[in-house]
Amino acid sequence: MTATTSVTGTPDKAPEAGPPKRRGGLLSRITAPYRQSHGIQRFMLVSGTAISLAMILMAIFAPLLAPYGFDTYQDADGRFPTQGEPSDRNPWGTTVQGFDVMSRAIFGARTAVEVVLLAVAFSLMIGVPLGLISGYIGGWLDRVLVLIMDALFAFPYLLLAIVAAFLLSNTIDSGIVVTAIAITVVYVPQYFRVVRASTLSAREATYIEAARAIGAKPRTVIARYLFPNVIQSVPVIATLNAADAILTLAGLGFLGLGIQPSEAAEWGYDLQRAIADAGAGIWWTALFPGLGIVLAVTGLTLVGEGLNDVLNPTLRRRRVDRPVVQSRRAVGSSAVGPASAPEVEEDAGQ
Amino acid sequence: MSRAGSLRGYILIRIALMVPMVWVLLTVVFLMMRVAPGDPISATLGGKLSPADLDERREALGFDRSLFVQYLEYLWDAVRFQFGTTITDGQTIGSILVENGGATLTLTVAALVFALVVGLPLGLIAGRYRETLPDAAIRIFAILGYAAPPFFIGLLAQLLFAKNLDWLPASKMASPIVQAQAETYTHILIIDLAIDGNWDGVWDVVKHLILPAVTLGLLVMGVFIRLVRVNVGQALGGDYVEAARARGVPERRVVSRHAFRNALVPVVTVMGLQVALLLGGAVLTEQTFSWPGLGTRLLQYLNSRDYIGVQGLITVFALVVVVISLLIDIINALIDPRVRY
Repeated sequence: MTATTSVTGTPDKAPEAGPPKRRGGLLSRITAPYRQSHGIQRFMLVSGTAISLAMILMAIFAPLLAPYGFDTYQDADGRFPTQGEPSDRNPWGTTVQGFDVMSRAIFGARTAVEVVLLAVAFSLMIGVPLGLISGYIGGWLDRVLVLIMDALFAFPYLLLAIVAAFLLSNTIDSGIVVTAIAITVVYVPQYFRVVRASTLSAREATYIEAARAIGAKPRTVIARYLFPNVIQSVPVIATLNAADAILTLAGLGFLGLGIQPSEAAEWGYDLQRAIADAGAGIWWTALFPGLGIVLAVTGLTLVGEGLNDVLNPTLRRRRVDRPVVQSRRAVGSSAVGPASAPEVEEDAGQ
Repeated sequence: MSRAGSLRGYILIRIALMVPMVWVLLTVVFLMMRVAPGDPISATLGGKLSPADLDERREALGFDRSLFVQYLEYLWDAVRFQFGTTITDGQTIGSILVENGGATLTLTVAALVFALVVGLPLGLIAGRYRETLPDAAIRIFAILGYAAPPFFIGLLAQLLFAKNLDWLPASKMASPIVQAQAETYTHILIIDLAIDGNWDGVWDVVKHLILPAVTLGLLVMGVFIRLVRVNVGQALGGDYVEAARARGVPERRVVSRHAFRNALVPVVTVMGLQVALLLGGAVLTEQTFSWPGLGTRLLQYLNSRDYIGVQGLITVFALVVVVISLLIDIINALIDPRVRY
């Protein structure tokens, strides 16, 4: 971490570099966006973080919170009713297969967190190095990679995941890891594009030139100097992609291409089973898994957009313009001071 | 850069650039579908037919040849807009397009219209009154519209408007009787009915269309709101807006003429990307509402493991996205001269 801080602290870091607070420990770097935000932004950021944390806690403590297991269809008094209304025994009712809706909704959080963490980790591990190499080395490798990634990017993302899940489930197996891989295919091009773009602009910076001049190998330049600068744009995208990945996971489950019901509880699959129930006016099998998806995605989106608002220099610059337009507030905002810095740096860089 | 600014040159270059793009897309689809061990016939029909029958089928459809030959043939077929014949029910992809394409087209166009009609004004309001209560409410609405998957909204809509209130039909594209009355001219049911002057039938289709279109439209609407909101914000801080204010142009006019108009241009630009989102969402929406479109067919072939059906429909979806983004780029160049440079 110290290496990262010292490198990013060099005077001519890339304009899109992260939080204005340049020194300090990990904790203050993480809390910086919360301290810098205000008003609606802060509300969005804080409520999003609260929802996301609640989801993660629910995932971790699912066995303690849920009344039954996700595939339990009976208790000491015998089998659960099928499509049973909410009752003392099954607080949120039961599904057409006689599973407890509440337990499945809670365990669904666990599946979502597992798949999303894996998918984001996989796509980072593939997308970021490819973007760095492609952007820094260039040449035909760059061209081929850009062509492939652009083609994948132009593809309707859900269809891409569908095809990947279809092929993987036909050849390997279904399950949490395989579903995560299918989702990874969708997000690799995004990281690749973002990382490649910031690598291209960082490549021309003075500190990279300096590193090359003192004889650093491409490996060293990429790992020590480019990576810490380029990686700063990733957290926002990773958060927003995680939100999107939950939707993709649910979409796959809904189409019957995701995780099988016997392996784990999955919100999308439960909603698929709820289509027939909706025609009969049974609302509880659809409502609770659906709310799980909405909450999880909303929480992560709020965090991602909130971070984007605070960290994104173009938005910060606009806020500097605002006193002229509205002549109210924002003058005392902590964002005003540091916000002018990237603009100066950008000018100096050109 | 001598051709900069020439619309014809721009369009020609854009079309020329499409060729490698399509080629890569087709190659990616082919590789994805064939990277799996085994061939489509044994994947689809393995276990259902005897080995001898399988061999015969394989030979008849040319799957016994080398992958490279099959790849070249796939490309050649795609150039001639032939995407193969499905294994399970022996239909050509072309006939599936004719039969089910109209339903998907109706659904996506209606959803897009809904998203624009509702999303643009909301985005303008949010951008104009940035960081006030309406802005916060609209932003959260947009986030919820994106966070709630179409199948969940669709199910809730069915429960509320179809089951509880009984205002609208819950699924399918039309009542059976309307379906039976319809003569086929264009394969787009609502237009066929209108040609016949069957206005009761048209109304019936419209009623069936409302819930799925709104469900799918909500998905795309969030993107429009977000985009317009940011652009209005940026436009209001722009130099030309400042200049207009300095000239003494009334604030109302500054906002409506100078800021809003410029904020709407990028909407056209991102429309191309929305097509991909719409098509993906359409698969989910069709499944929720038993809508007889291409997504339903795709799912049918996915479930029966019909590789040719899946490959053909995926190819078509990919081509549709590429062609539409080409059209949108051209429209964009027509309305915004800056794009051409």
